[in-house]
Amino acid sequence: MKLTLKIWKQKNAGSKGRFAKYDLDGVAAEMSFIEMLTYLNQTLIEKGEEPVAFEHDCHEGICGSCGMYINGYPHGHIKGMTTCLLSMRYFKDGDTIVVEPWRAKPFPVIKDLIVDRSAFDKIQAAGGFITVTAGAAPDANSMLVSKRNSDLAFDASICIGCGACVAACKNASAMLFVSAKVSQYALLPQGRPEAKERAKAMIAEMDRQGFGSCSNTGACEAQCPKQIKLFNIARLNREYYKAF
Amino acid sequence: MNKVLFSAVSKKFVMALAGLFLLLFLPVHLGINLLLLKSDPEPFNKAAHFMATFPLVKVVEILLILVILVHISYGVTLQVHNWLSRPVGYSVRNKSRTLAFSKFMIWTGGAVLIFIVIHFFNFYFIKLGIVDGDPENFYSVAHQLFAIPGYVILYWVCFLLLGFHLYHALQSAFQTLGFANTFWTPVIKAIALIYAVVLPIGFAIIPFVIWQFK
Amino acid sequence: MITLNSKIPGGPLEEKWTRYKANAKLVSPANKKKLDIIVVGTGISGAPAASALGELGYNVKVFCYQDTPRRAHSVAAQGGINAAKNYKNDGDSVYHLFYDIIKGGDFRAREGNVYRIAEVSNQVIDHFTAIGVPFAREYGGTLTTRSFGGVQVSRTFYSRGQTGQQVLLGAYSSLTRQIKEGTVTMYPRREMLDLVVVDGKARGIIVRNLLTGEIERHSAHAVVLATGGYGTIYYLSTLAVNSNASAAWKAYKRGAAFANPSFVQIHPSSVPQMNEFQSKLTLMSESLRNDGRVWVPKTKGDKRPANEIPDEERDYYLERRYPAFGNLVPRDVASRAAKERCDAGYGVGPTGLAVNLDFRDAINKQGKKAIEDKYGNLFEMYKDITGIDSYVEPMRIYPAGHYTMGGLWVDYELMTTIPGLFAVGESNFSDHGANRLGASSLMQGSGDGYFILPYTISNYLAPEIKTPRIKTDIPEFREAEEKAIERIKKLLAIKGKTTATDFHKKLGKIMWDHCGMTRNEAGLTEAISMIRGLRDEFWKDLIVPGRADELNQELEKAGRVADFLELGELMIIDALNRRESCGAHFREESQTADHEALRNDDEFAYVAAWEYNNDQPPILHKEELKFEFVELKQRSYK
Repeated sequence: MKLTLKIWKQKNAGSKGRFAKYDLDGVAAEMSFIEMLTYLNQTLIEKGEEPVAFEHDCHEGICGSCGMYINGYPHGHIKGMTTCLLSMRYFKDGDTIVVEPWRAKPFPVIKDLIVDRSAFDKIQAAGGFITVTAGAAPDANSMLVSKRNSDLAFDASICIGCGACVAACKNASAMLFVSAKVSQYALLPQGRPEAKERAKAMIAEMDRQGFGSCSNTGACEAQCPKQIKLFNIARLNREYYKAF
Repeated sequence: MNKVLFSAVSKKFVMALAGLFLLLFLPVHLGINLLLLKSDPEPFNKAAHFMATFPLVKVVEILLILVILVHISYGVTLQVHNWLSRPVGYSVRNKSRTLAFSKFMIWTGGAVLIFIVIHFFNFYFIKLGIVDGDPENFYSVAHQLFAIPGYVILYWVCFLLLGFHLYHALQSAFQTLGFANTFWTPVIKAIALIYAVVLPIGFAIIPFVIWQFK
Repeated sequence: MITLNSKIPGGPLEEKWTRYKANAKLVSPANKKKLDIIVVGTGISGAPAASALGELGYNVKVFCYQDTPRRAHSVAAQGGINAAKNYKNDGDSVYHLFYDIIKGGDFRAREGNVYRIAEVSNQVIDHFTAIGVPFAREYGGTLTTRSFGGVQVSRTFYSRGQTGQQVLLGAYSSLTRQIKEGTVTMYPRREMLDLVVVDGKARGIIVRNLLTGEIERHSAHAVVLATGGYGTIYYLSTLAVNSNASAAWKAYKRGAAFANPSFVQIHPSSVPQMNEFQSKLTLMSESLRNDGRVWVPKTKGDKRPANEIPDEERDYYLERRYPAFGNLVPRDVASRAAKERCDAGYGVGPTGLAVNLDFRDAINKQGKKAIEDKYGNLFEMYKDITGIDSYVEPMRIYPAGHYTMGGLWVDYELMTTIPGLFAVGESNFSDHGANRLGASSLMQGSGDGYFILPYTISNYLAPEIKTPRIKTDIPEFREAEEKAIERIKKLLAIKGKTTATDFHKKLGKIMWDHCGMTRNEAGLTEAISMIRGLRDEFWKDLIVPGRADELNQELEKAGRVADFLELGELMIIDALNRRESCGAHFREESQTADHEALRNDDEFAYVAAWEYNNDQPPILHKEELKFEFVELKQRSYK
């Protein structure tokens, strides 16, 4: 099929960006969105033009590298999908596709569609861990965890840190990301001893990084490729109030 | 400590509590307003008089104004902060699926604020003596206002927007307060819907009924 | 000339590691602060190594090419992580785990190393559980396990189909804690371009800042490579597209021996290739074979939809050929069996290069819910990619390049032939012999990082406490940096017509066709000259747009492909040298009457460690494998 692509091009963080328009022929329905862009780059390089910079790595929706805002949706319009798994069969011949980078103050553009998501690492480092040094752990079965809590913790833990929640949120809020991590540890007995410090520290760091607040619009949940639930945000709030 | 009180989550917490408090006030106000439907002005004026003079109500009134101010100032602060969180926007409008009316709280809230200001000029400031009028006969003041078609339309629009505001507000407040789970959240959403429909209709129906009878 | 000394401690198998630890030299907390350690890579061996070393108080610098350590490709491991906990009371023990790994690896691994990794496997599970990894649990609250290919016990701990993600994020969380503590400094978006050796010892690395293009020098008292495997040499593999061999390859060219490079595991179950644009073969976890049955039609070219083919017309060839293990035979066996059926014309799907993995019977027996609980995300992913609902019709799978058992040669201390250069996880060769059993990579990577390296590195560093911080303005750093810059310039200066990706595809095809699931002398010999030709063409006709001093993804790719073009030749040389079939290495000349791999223990019971020899052919060093505790047997899963 033949597509018209309008892609955000920006040389570096300091420069002003603009949209570049490309007409791309020969796109196959079996390609993933990333493969389609790789194919575009291949044609650009052969023509002596500069390729589009974008991140991608695992191509199976688990590393969280890829992420772009496609026609008004982070990761595209299909539910529960990362850009790398988004198949071109969801588009049709003649479509115009506008591709933009994640937009948020804490996610400055590095180049084209690549943004700096290191703010997530800083939030994680503020408290997203359980303080047990290697060698100090008791036998794994010495602590029992109900299957229900274990499953809920798992459902929260599958966040891939892609940033789609921030990109989708009208406030560029990172609450879903933070809540996923806090929930995972809050639900497990291992995480309880430092639950209070964790909630406080991660929320404080989230604010420091410049993310917006939560308006409970649910856009994050709708766009999360791992379909992490809004309930986690309620749990995060609970954990935060309990910390005082 | 400052960071704790003024973290985004804390601000939301205060907003939610303030909002829920305001939600309690509305049915009381509606109850009194429904007395306007009687042809006898006495019960309504009595109730208004009671509200204006009973000491405990006075205390609650001050609290109410404070809560409104907190709700508004926190709401505006958060909104400004949220706008600043995305200095460069998208060129294609965000089409992510969101909860109904959740994206427009600042606007629906603003409409309600405008109505409150008008309302204050019409009634509350009379009571305070800032604006001329007879504080002992709010019944006729109300009936005069409802006789103006432009006013009634504005009144209806504002209550429609209030309904939108309330629908998201009620469920969102519980989420913010950390009260959400698979069982209760649907119940809360249902209550929010009922509340957001019944209350504004209750208010909106008053000028309509008055017209019918006139 | 290097000499190989495996330094395996004497004594009974179960006492070796205890004895080693008892005799290993220690470094006091005050001195640890003065010692710098570089860790390259943040996967399931790098992140544990860095965080454990940071916890001990060393001054650790960690590098990764991704924007954050959490994206290392270990995140994509699916099935699980083994441990000899025997929670199922099914007769498991450290010895059984050890034996399964040795046997699964077709007797081409060291007994001492393998026993040690089996020993620490239990600690690994304890640790991950304690740091909040949500492993699957029973209703009573205890951990549960499942079985995996090549073994007869249930010892694999898992988090649905994304165990790698869960353990990696656990390790990442510990790493960020150390970053916050200040013991670890994180350098993301850096690619290692060279190793710096000073007076025979590894003392630092040269990296390129991928954002700015700046070349940086970093020094340390010891360098740890945790840079993973080189399966992307096939272009289409189950690895992340940016996974590469460059760091290990640079170490090789600085004098670290490369062991068994031809031992590459071809995973039996990946989503088959669908078109020429495909950049990746997505893995479908081996754990699926617990409940899925593998089959092809009994009639050649049977094009009926799978569900219309009745049972009696289906060939459940794994169950037929291997009644004892059935669908749970090890990966190498399952891969070759699939290739055999497809080559014979029984393959399914549009290309005929696929076999069915059918869950019909399991769903009928256990219910859809149970299957969804175990593999929900895998079924979803399969559907995302192919559009096929595997609850209704079978998955189609085909083998794909996956894991490299070969890697940098290391001794018992995980040290390469360059003193002070350590290799952990998949980047070393040590524990899996000629074939890795499922769910052993997470175990080995994290075991190396958390519970082995911290002991062995202190034994190396103890005499180094008097060595001051290594300066980076010495000639060795300058020379390495200049060399790195020189090569970047060279890549940019070619200005030809073919992209790095195209060269990579061509290389991948040569490797897959001639040095893939089966190999033979003629094919390998031909492949060598093909690779040499391709390499010449690469340096004449490559095109890299953009500049060196900016974010330039094509330049990154070009550098990686240039290294693959050299590594490919070494893999083939090694495959040619090993005139036996063992594990994943199947030489057609060496097979039994019923087409099973035929080992040649008299001639090839050794580790082939290759030494770089500039423009001359590499020099082979043999580390004889002595089996004192197990009896060498022809592997049978029948």
